[in-house]
Amino acid sequence: MFVTVRMPDGATHRLEALEGWRIMEVIRDWGIPIKAECGGACACATCHVWVGEEWVGKLVPPSAEELEMLDGAFQVDERSRLCCQIIMTPELDGLEVELAPESLADAPPERMVVGG
Amino acid sequence: MQANEASTDVVVIGAGPVGLFAVFQLGLARLKAHVIDILDKPGGQCAELYPEKPIYDIPGIPGCTGQELTDRLLEQIKPIEPVFHLGEMVTALTRTSDGKWRVDTDAGRVLIAPVIVIAAGGGSFVPKRPPIPGIEAYEGTGVFYAVRKIEAFRGKRVVIAGGGDSALDWTVNLAPIAQKLTLVHRRPEFRAAPDTVNKMRALEAKGLVKFELGQPSDLKGSDGKLDAVVVKRPDGTTFDIATDALLPFFGLTMKLGPIADFGINLHENLIPVDTAKFETSMPGIFAIGDINSYPGKLKLILSGFHEAALMAQAAHRYVHPDKVLRFQYTTSSSELQRLLKVA
Repeated sequence: MFVTVRMPDGATHRLEALEGWRIMEVIRDWGIPIKAECGGACACATCHVWVGEEWVGKLVPPSAEELEMLDGAFQVDERSRLCCQIIMTPELDGLEVELAPESLADAPPERMVVGG
Repeated sequence: MQANEASTDVVVIGAGPVGLFAVFQLGLARLKAHVIDILDKPGGQCAELYPEKPIYDIPGIPGCTGQELTDRLLEQIKPIEPVFHLGEMVTALTRTSDGKWRVDTDAGRVLIAPVIVIAAGGGSFVPKRPPIPGIEAYEGTGVFYAVRKIEAFRGKRVVIAGGGDSALDWTVNLAPIAQKLTLVHRRPEFRAAPDTVNKMRALEAKGLVKFELGQPSDLKGSDGKLDAVVVKRPDGTTFDIATDALLPFFGLTMKLGPIADFGINLHENLIPVDTAKFETSMPGIFAIGDINSYPGKLKLILSGFHEAALMAQAAHRYVHPDKVLRFQYTTSSSELQRLLKVA
């Protein structure tokens, strides 16, 4: 089984996926730079992806908790999911997801102006 | 020495579970520690990301939440009496002329110690920055991720974006003093405390808050002066809100930050260490917990605890090169029990 991940820069990766694994784990363990800060606890919104249109209805709908956590993501629409909450099944063979920019790890070090 | 300067045995950067347990192990070696964290509370990810989430793999604790683990560690290290500097970020780490390390924080604090322990996890928690091209140009002038002085917004047009506690709290607090306050959120439900949501709705009913369904998608202005926030509705159409300030509250994320500039060898944003002392490429600077890497590394809290214990042995040799550290057990050592105030 495979999933295809489109990166913010347009590059795509076709990754072999095992049944029962979270899509976040598949992406992470293939060495793709995904933040996934909380490690899959549905507590951070840094594994935000947009799933391909045709896949939206094939996924288990997001829980109330996932919808709440998506408030911490950007450019959220009906294709938005936290991919730590998508479990790989045979029905999802061929799943396409696009990694949201804020979920890309390894941003260059920087200082932010925070105060107001 | 000035009031904001101090000398100590060890400076621990990061007050997550591993930084806290490092304080305990250093304490058993009779080393005093100062602890710095950018968050305003100890606990790191456990307290910030998943305070209510369960953890089941701490040895001897079948189950506890992130906050409970933090509270237990704070109780455990209380007799060690560490000095906390919370809400501060380390900005520089430099060698002193007498071979110690100097830590500078963004609060103007200076700490001098022979040993530094970097227990910074995934890096510093900083506000999430909306992916709007050119937003950096407005930060500090028209875009603010925190409110330091409420008065700065008196009489101003303010747009707050987000649906959590920070967004709703500041909506409620700034509405009475702003000329116009607009809350922008992607859905009509809010994560924030129900009581605060009710207060916001009451202000909305009085006309003091305008709620708009959508997400900020662009900014308009020039030379750092913000004129308007472009908001994208759920149906994809956009509209402008004329404003002097945008306050995006989308929570925190981790960035490595200035640690990358300390001169320590990094590999893929992690700090390589040996597995006997967990020392970095720079003598006297140790790295423990999620931020380090070595063959076989597992990012588990218990791995960080183990690393802290071995690090403390090596740290003692730097602080007291002339002394031998007697290895003792808390079960049998009356000296350690007195230290822990249990005997």
